[in-house]
Amino acid sequence: MTRVLAASSGGGHWQQLRLLYGALEGSEVVFACAADVGETGVLPLPDCNLRTPLRLLVGLRAAWRMVRQVRPDLVVSTGAAPGAFVLIVAKLHGCRTVWIDSIANAERMSLSGRLTRRFADLWMTQWPAVSERTGAIYAGSVL
Amino acid sequence: MIFVTVGTQLPFPRLIDHMIGYSQRSGERVVLQTGDTADWHGMESYRSLSAPQFEAFVNEARVIVSHAGIGSILAAKSASRPLILLPRRAKLGEHRNDHQLATAAAFKDRAGLRVAWEVDELDNLLAHGIEEPTTERNPRYDGLAARLRDFVSGPGILQH
Repeated sequence: MTRVLAASSGGGHWQQLRLLYGALEGSEVVFACAADVGETGVLPLPDCNLRTPLRLLVGLRAAWRMVRQVRPDLVVSTGAAPGAFVLIVAKLHGCRTVWIDSIANAERMSLSGRLTRRFADLWMTQWPAVSERTGAIYAGSVL
Repeated sequence: MIFVTVGTQLPFPRLIDHMIGYSQRSGERVVLQTGDTADWHGMESYRSLSAPQFEAFVNEARVIVSHAGIGSILAAKSASRPLILLPRRAKLGEHRNDHQLATAAAFKDRAGLRVAWEVDELDNLLAHGIEEPTTERNPRYDGLAARLRDFVSGPGILQH
């Protein structure tokens, strides 16, 4: 059975990730989130963003440990930076990877999304205009 | 009742202050989720809410007033509640960048949703009834889910 690690930040990122759970049925799914979502079994990730370098290192190290611990076959992330790190580390470990840029990014690909471009096997946006501009795949959106 | 929510990451005093004023002017009950440790005297306010509490307030509200966060848009839609968005602005220190303006512009024509580009537009929007969002099945969701499902169940080769 395919083991999927689904990782994101809290709030809207997390809600979008959960909404896509149905598409992962038939797989063993491990969730990770950079915010306390009050659900048991969700692995914690430290929150970080690309503008605070020190936290960024903490996030990268946590991502490394998580990928080593969970040993996923595939990683899915809806952003932001913590999920991007998990995706990049997973790619370096030979996993298949999916980036779904948050639907919040209606005009341009997020910074985290641009970072994952070379590491995501399936690199997606939820807006046709962003797809045209960046070459990211548009197949639909959660809203 | 009006439920005001600004997400958990950043405070949004421009919206909170305005809605406190609205509550005092109109006498209508306003529940605030502020993302802020500040104490708003006499107001029914919460820094953050558990998922069940959040859902209960969403369901109870006649309309939701929110920053232009995706969490709020998803919550209002799943509860079929009208929603008014006030996008955060980077130049006012309300967010790191102006992506909420882009979000608001992208969603402004959806049923059940209005955008207040400035706070002083809120009272007028609150005074007029807003239709409920549509609840029909969303083909955009089906497209995205199908693409993801195909990839997950596909062979272990790179599929660009």
